[in-house]
Amino acid sequence: MFTNFPLFPQQASVQASQVDGIYFFMLAVTAFFSLLIAGLVVLFAVKYRRRHEDEVGAAIHGSLALELLWTVIPFLITMVMFAWGAKVFFDLYRAPAGAMEVYVVGKQWMWKVQHMGGAREINELHVPVGRPVKLIMGSEDVIHSFFIPAFRVKADVIPGRYNMLWFTASKPGRYHLFCAEYCGTKHSGMIGSVIAMEPTEFQAWLGGGNASDTPAAAGEKLFQSQGCIACHRQGAALQAPLLTNKFGSTVTLQSGARIVADESYIRESILNPQAKIVAGFPPIMPTFQGLVSEEQLMQLVAYVKSLSTPGTAPAGAPANR
Amino acid sequence: METLNYLNNGHGLASWLLTRDHKRIALLYLASITGFFFLGGLFAFMIRLELLTPAGDVMSSDTYNKMFTMHGVVMVFFFLIPSIPAVLGNFLIPIMIGAKDLAFPRINLLSWYIYVLGGIFTLVAALSGGVDTGWTFYTPYSTAAANSHVITAALGIFITGFSSILTGLNFIVTVHRMRAPGLTWFRLPLFVWSMYATSLVMILGTPVIAITVLLVAAERVLHMGIFDPALGGDPILFQHLFWFYSHPAVYIMILPAMGVISEIVQAFSRKNIFGYSFVAFSSLAIAIIGFLVWGHHLFVSGQSVYAGMIFSILSYLVAIPSAIKVFNWTATIYKGSVSLDSPMLYAFGFLGLFTIGGLTGLFLAAMGLDIHVHDTYFVVAHFHYIMVGGAIMGYLGGLHYWWPKISGRLYSEPWAKFAALMVFVGFNLTFFPQFVAGYLGMPRRYHAYPDEFQVLNVASTLGASILSVGYVLPMVYFTWSLFKGAPSPSDPWGAQGLEWEIPSPPPTENFHVTPIVTHGTHQYAPSKEVGIV
Repeated sequence: MFTNFPLFPQQASVQASQVDGIYFFMLAVTAFFSLLIAGLVVLFAVKYRRRHEDEVGAAIHGSLALELLWTVIPFLITMVMFAWGAKVFFDLYRAPAGAMEVYVVGKQWMWKVQHMGGAREINELHVPVGRPVKLIMGSEDVIHSFFIPAFRVKADVIPGRYNMLWFTASKPGRYHLFCAEYCGTKHSGMIGSVIAMEPTEFQAWLGGGNASDTPAAAGEKLFQSQGCIACHRQGAALQAPLLTNKFGSTVTLQSGARIVADESYIRESILNPQAKIVAGFPPIMPTFQGLVSEEQLMQLVAYVKSLSTPGTAPAGAPANR
Repeated sequence: METLNYLNNGHGLASWLLTRDHKRIALLYLASITGFFFLGGLFAFMIRLELLTPAGDVMSSDTYNKMFTMHGVVMVFFFLIPSIPAVLGNFLIPIMIGAKDLAFPRINLLSWYIYVLGGIFTLVAALSGGVDTGWTFYTPYSTAAANSHVITAALGIFITGFSSILTGLNFIVTVHRMRAPGLTWFRLPLFVWSMYATSLVMILGTPVIAITVLLVAAERVLHMGIFDPALGGDPILFQHLFWFYSHPAVYIMILPAMGVISEIVQAFSRKNIFGYSFVAFSSLAIAIIGFLVWGHHLFVSGQSVYAGMIFSILSYLVAIPSAIKVFNWTATIYKGSVSLDSPMLYAFGFLGLFTIGGLTGLFLAAMGLDIHVHDTYFVVAHFHYIMVGGAIMGYLGGLHYWWPKISGRLYSEPWAKFAALMVFVGFNLTFFPQFVAGYLGMPRRYHAYPDEFQVLNVASTLGASILSVGYVLPMVYFTWSLFKGAPSPSDPWGAQGLEWEIPSPPPTENFHVTPIVTHGTHQYAPSKEVGIV
């Protein structure tokens, strides 16, 4: 009992040392000021202790120079903290191009993971070390938060939108995965493991047989079974935009606004088609709210994405003409 | 023959429940918030008991979730927010400014009744099965998923908010209109300045939380789509609205404590404050900038990066006035005549704990670092250092300082010193390990946790046991003093201020003759009029 109690978390991602760097800097600065204040208070309390009952303190009212000093110095120090913190945040925020994408769905009280190659897992996430991994995350019910302490990364997983999280694991091992946003009864049971593996082992794991359809292939099936293809094809009777090469492009809306068709836009267009209609098309698409689950939505998004990425389209996808 | 004072001027329940005397109303609040404090403490005890072992073995997950929710709701809305303003502020503001009462005595009594009504709703919510959303009521959990008494608890908060608004309004009008002749703004005791700043936050912020909980009720009951994406709402909108009040609410808790500390440090150093106007204006700066920092609670929610940067900078700016105050208090002790009576021990405890609480806030304002520590025990430790280490230390310090004035009796000083020590040691043992657990990655609101966090949690629970003794002791010796304590002279500490010039306990009308004020408070050494600096 009590033999295993670390006082500092492992550093298992490229990001971890960046976050710990600012942490140690702030620890040093704040420890200095805490000890300074505590030391001065104790020193003054002893040195100027009341020696007889009628004694009073000296008549000192203040000093503009001192006030400026202890306003400006803390201000400058905190601005360093701000800039450093913002720099680390930007680095943690922007995923590098070419990151390995993984879909994550949070629901009370489990994590469902789907790899692009089709492998699926629950409450576990296998990743290779040394390669950036980008998680595209959505929630089926309430707000959750995907937290890997050993990687120093966390992002809320929010219903109604996609949030992203990325990291590069640096050390093979099994690490805690926690839900960090309170989500109801079994919040503390919504935990799992992130398993970082050497790339070769990871490839072996991927081929280990728990693969099903790739998300894009599953999405294609949905595209047909849900009837999307009735309109979103060449020569359809009803007018709807073709989806080939749409993902990642800039589209012009009826309002005149121009937005990038990213994952969140495609998701929104499936659930709430009237919200942002592409200019030139009639508002005739029905909502699919309640007809497709959060995971199926991700598969549809994956399918639409595959139509824009050469080489990743599932067999049988309409060729880009 | 006892002289007539506010305590013996009228007997029987009606003389208390229908009183318009600000001092009696302060005691009504004292009794009710003490009840809620121990209720909230009981919930905290259950939490610490459960966390003694990694497995969730003392109570069910649902019960545990209700425990931390009720702990937060009761402590924040029914103890911390009213604590110093409604008890010490009510008692002292009229006396400190040489007035006979607050501007609106009937409204003052009304705010106590509103507070009690809100409290009853919360008690009903607790007794009928509790609420499990966390005190933050995050949507869509609170509107679509939670299967507990959300509406009753939310109504309790909604109602109690009006008590805050009325108290704040009363204080602002009183400070503007009822100061004694000669009591200029820059002669005001710093406690009055901090209560003034607090009142601004109360009347500007509280309506927003009232609107927010009403919207939660509207979505939960009427299924109006406001926050739940399944109904077309935006769950992040709730977080903006909630923190627009609830971050400034932290300043409602800490600003009054800062005012108390300013008074105590001067009185027990027998020295006027160093940099009066800097301390006074830093209260206002905190109140104003405090309204502009709420977005630092949303760094990991997917909020715009640029909004995050603005909120990060503003969060650093709001730390500066707090730092100015700490430096000025320290400088006040320099060349003072320092006496370590129990109120001063609490003030020293405040200085240590508030400094740690404030400085760890800098960690959370750093966006890249907040990603890791957000929603972990690091945050839990940080805000307890502010709200318990800061606000409750200030409240207890103030209670010890003014108890002889309030009750007319002296309490046992050795016991008071012992209690102050217990609170300080117990507090640090409870909450310091939580910084370590948080950086290790232990998430908050966890009913069960991995084994490696156990040592730190055992330390926390041990500390909480010591802390609870430190909190019960003052109850005991204050109560004892009411019956057995030696009568207090009008100025037992040799302190200065209008409150020490009238008898203990004060007469109902405070001053038989309205005082004329010729100088600021705490002018112990013969000197010139206080300048701007």
